[in-house]
Amino acid sequence: MTDAKMVLMANQIAAFFATQPGGDQAAGVAAHLKDFWEPRMLTQLKAYLGKGGEGLNDLVIEAGKTL
Amino acid sequence: MKDFIIPWENGTGIQDDIDRGTPAKSGKPVTLTIDGVEVTVPEGTSVMRAASELGIQVPKLCASDNLEAFGSCRLCAVEIEGRRGTPASCTTPVHKGMKVHTQTDKLRKLRKGVMELYISDHPLDCLTCAANGDCELQDMAGAVGLRDVRYEAPKNAPLANHFEARNTSGEVNAEWLPKDDSNPYFTYDPSKCIVCNRCVRACEEVQGTFALTIEGRGFDSRVAVGAENFLASDCVSCGACVQACPTATLQEKSVIEMGTPDRSVVTTCAYCGVGCSFKAEMQGDQLVRMVPYKHGKANRGHSCVKGRFAYGYATHKDRILSPMVRDSVDQPWREVSWDEALSFAAKKLVGLREKYGQKSIGVITSSRCTNEETFLVQKLTRAVFGNNNTDTCARVCHSPTGYGLGQTFGTSAGTQDFDSVEKSDVVVVIGANPTDGHPVFASRLRKRLREGAKLIVVDPRRIDLLETPHLGEAHHLPLKPGTNVAVVSALAHVIVSEGLYDQTFIAERCDLDAWEDYKSFISDERHAPEATEALTGVPAATLREAARAYAQGGNGAIYYGLGVTEHSQGSTTVMAIANLAMMTGNIGREGVGVNPLRGQNNVQGSCDMGSFPHELPGYRHVKLPEVRKIFEDTWGVEIDPEPGLRIPNMLDAAVDGTFKGLYCQGEDILQSDPDTKHVAAGLAAMECVIVHDLFLNETANYAHVFLPGSSFLEKEGTFTNAERRINRVRKVMAPKNGYEDWQVTQMLANAVLKETGGKPWSYTHPAEVMAEIAATTPSFAGVDYALLEEKGSVQWPCNEAQPEGTPLMHVDGFVRGKGRFIVTEYIATDERSGPRFPLLLTTGRILSQYNVGAQTRRTENSVWHDQDVLEIHPHDAENRGLRDGDWVRLASRSGETSLRAKITDRVSPGVVYTTFHHPDTQANVITTDYSDWATNCPEYKVTAVQVSPSNGPSEWQKDYAAQAEQSRRIEAAE
Repeated sequence: MTDAKMVLMANQIAAFFATQPGGDQAAGVAAHLKDFWEPRMLTQLKAYLGKGGEGLNDLVIEAGKTL
Repeated sequence: MKDFIIPWENGTGIQDDIDRGTPAKSGKPVTLTIDGVEVTVPEGTSVMRAASELGIQVPKLCASDNLEAFGSCRLCAVEIEGRRGTPASCTTPVHKGMKVHTQTDKLRKLRKGVMELYISDHPLDCLTCAANGDCELQDMAGAVGLRDVRYEAPKNAPLANHFEARNTSGEVNAEWLPKDDSNPYFTYDPSKCIVCNRCVRACEEVQGTFALTIEGRGFDSRVAVGAENFLASDCVSCGACVQACPTATLQEKSVIEMGTPDRSVVTTCAYCGVGCSFKAEMQGDQLVRMVPYKHGKANRGHSCVKGRFAYGYATHKDRILSPMVRDSVDQPWREVSWDEALSFAAKKLVGLREKYGQKSIGVITSSRCTNEETFLVQKLTRAVFGNNNTDTCARVCHSPTGYGLGQTFGTSAGTQDFDSVEKSDVVVVIGANPTDGHPVFASRLRKRLREGAKLIVVDPRRIDLLETPHLGEAHHLPLKPGTNVAVVSALAHVIVSEGLYDQTFIAERCDLDAWEDYKSFISDERHAPEATEALTGVPAATLREAARAYAQGGNGAIYYGLGVTEHSQGSTTVMAIANLAMMTGNIGREGVGVNPLRGQNNVQGSCDMGSFPHELPGYRHVKLPEVRKIFEDTWGVEIDPEPGLRIPNMLDAAVDGTFKGLYCQGEDILQSDPDTKHVAAGLAAMECVIVHDLFLNETANYAHVFLPGSSFLEKEGTFTNAERRINRVRKVMAPKNGYEDWQVTQMLANAVLKETGGKPWSYTHPAEVMAEIAATTPSFAGVDYALLEEKGSVQWPCNEAQPEGTPLMHVDGFVRGKGRFIVTEYIATDERSGPRFPLLLTTGRILSQYNVGAQTRRTENSVWHDQDVLEIHPHDAENRGLRDGDWVRLASRSGETSLRAKITDRVSPGVVYTTFHHPDTQANVITTDYSDWATNCPEYKVTAVQVSPSNGPSEWQKDYAAQAEQSRRIEAAE
């Protein structure tokens, strides 16, 4: 998948959890990614984060630390 | 009709199939005496039905137990002690202590006289009549002992009958009308009509279309369709009138051609998620007709044009019956033996796995195949390939339902049975078009609407449900595509801000912390309908009225379809709908609930069976070791604990070069999935695509192995419909390709296991697969074929706690414990109209065609819809200089196609609509790769487009057609 598509998908997930009450939005993003993203997708995300994660929502960047 | 045991089946599923004359009632018990025998029946029951319960069939012509009593034929007259005259038994309700006589000299004489009058205006051509042996008029003539007809037309006078075209002098009979054979599936022969009114009443009471009427009076009375002929009329060809007709007046063309059937077997329709039960009426192994089965608990004896008539695809010449292989997709297909095809496929798959890794291959299960077949396909990838790369077409339709209802209620399924709608007072239909997509449910809903239930439709189009005859209060919320969450949240805002919520239900049944969070969120003025009006296009006053009607109108039921799920916020809308139902206490009893209308016959079942890459059967995540252990112990293999690829991810990974092999059973992803060019690129990048299907579908253009499939008439198994009902599918003929689909999957598994080592599969019947499902999946623990034979069907959960299944969910508490309100903020999709693409395209289906059309396009149904057309508002058409029927170019950022325009104000300005039934249109070349945030369900329902005049098919369409033709070549046999 292109990085642009991956960024879009990850940010969509973050956009949902950002609206949820409580203080564990990044944990929600991380849990969702772990539950639904296949390992090679997570690998691509982690690699992208490693390169700076341009365009990724802050919650995804935060969630990425626990992946 | 005779029922006998056929070699491959233990039973036909037929239960008591007698027509008892009038509908069953449910009042207090009443005891009466009929012909000297006591009988106790519910209050309100007719004397005719009470007699039938005793085994006494009172002669009748105008009565049928799926219609209210009419009392016109006078044949069912009886005598009742203490009453004068001879009342009609169909219209006379039972009373305590009543003494009825059904056979007396007086009645015999009366009935004979009645029959004599009927027969005096009926042709006596019984031996050559299509209804010979299946004619109630014939039966009744026999039952009353009619031996003579004394009435004759006077000599030298006009013919006083309807059945002779000319008199003996060759003069034309003005009363005679020719047969109408305009409908592709049945004929209307006025010369045989006895004007019993059953067809008219069936069209009104059962189907709810009101296409038929009786025009004229007395001798001039005739059934009329209000148009030139049946095809040109409002008739939707559901077949209810044909089924109701006691003579050959309305007759299936298949019976006219083949003769009457000699046996019947109960099975389940393979079209939509309603899951209608049918009797497949047979001569040997030839299907004569499909007749809706009155004990079918989903359809209660009704049908639509697809299930009733559109089965011709099963014997269509396009079916591929021999396995085929080729090394590359530019080569022609080569017919080979099953052994060679399976060995070819297995070697390729094993080779790919060795070269590219364990996760480089996967499967797509079919929502059209049986539960047992689906279970085996996901088992193939989990137990044989060693990964979780399994997905199903539910990905592209109802995956957000699974996520959304799972999060809020705790289980991924509709809450009600279809009978529930009979108790609804307010029905909300969101993003669904039941009269076209789920026609039999629509008929049941329309019946309730005629009885006074209110209707709320949330849809960009003015759907036919809003045109229901005798509809009472109705609200249409014509929202802009993509604004579902804003509209449903605005409904919730009104309910909360006006204090219309059910505090008691919430306090007892829901998580109160989550409710307080939600209440605070939804109370904000940004959700008020006045604030969202500019965004959604729904007038605030209309929305407020609808919210009040739902919250205060009694039992409120929500039915929704793909107009909810196929959005970037599909899962959020499902959760918003669940919130609405919880806050109004509309959960856990008859008449209420949240009901996803499933698109295909076994969407529910394919999801239940573990088709999704993150879940094992029964919706249990693969990360859970205790769940994996159940299957590891049963299958003797280790199960991958990490989720696999979803369909869009498989295609992305294929383009990236890490996903190389696919076994695709009964789905045509190239036509049905969004962004056709991307799908084609993904398929083209794979080294082994195995298509298992009835036809060389569009996906097969990119396949290396073709395994012929079997139709639903050729296999044993079960389908699970939208109400969680597990219905039997029974084999009525041998598979034309040689094997049932579950056998093909087993052979493929064993061919792979032969290469890799491992214990071969050895199922001998789908009942054994169901036993494995029951042993591993708690919600199916009590399901077996013996129970299905006994009960006809059961709704899961079916287990020790609910041994006969569960018609209503969440009755005493939610499956997850407390119902959970979830905050549902509206987030606009990135797909927006703008200067280049100023219109929004939304897609759907119509009544006569089904999904990608692979089945219905190969039937006479195409007479109603032979091409996809683009609906466009007159204002938008005028701005573009378009006339009705013009070719137009439809373009998005993904691609373009051409089709003809249909100018209609059914769509709002700024919105265009089309269907995706025809591959030469390929509507999905237009749709984009945007998808639901939680599930990747594609955003089919919102695509920014431009429409402009065109001269005909686009270059892309021409290239596609040429490529498809090239890839379908089959090498001549040596």
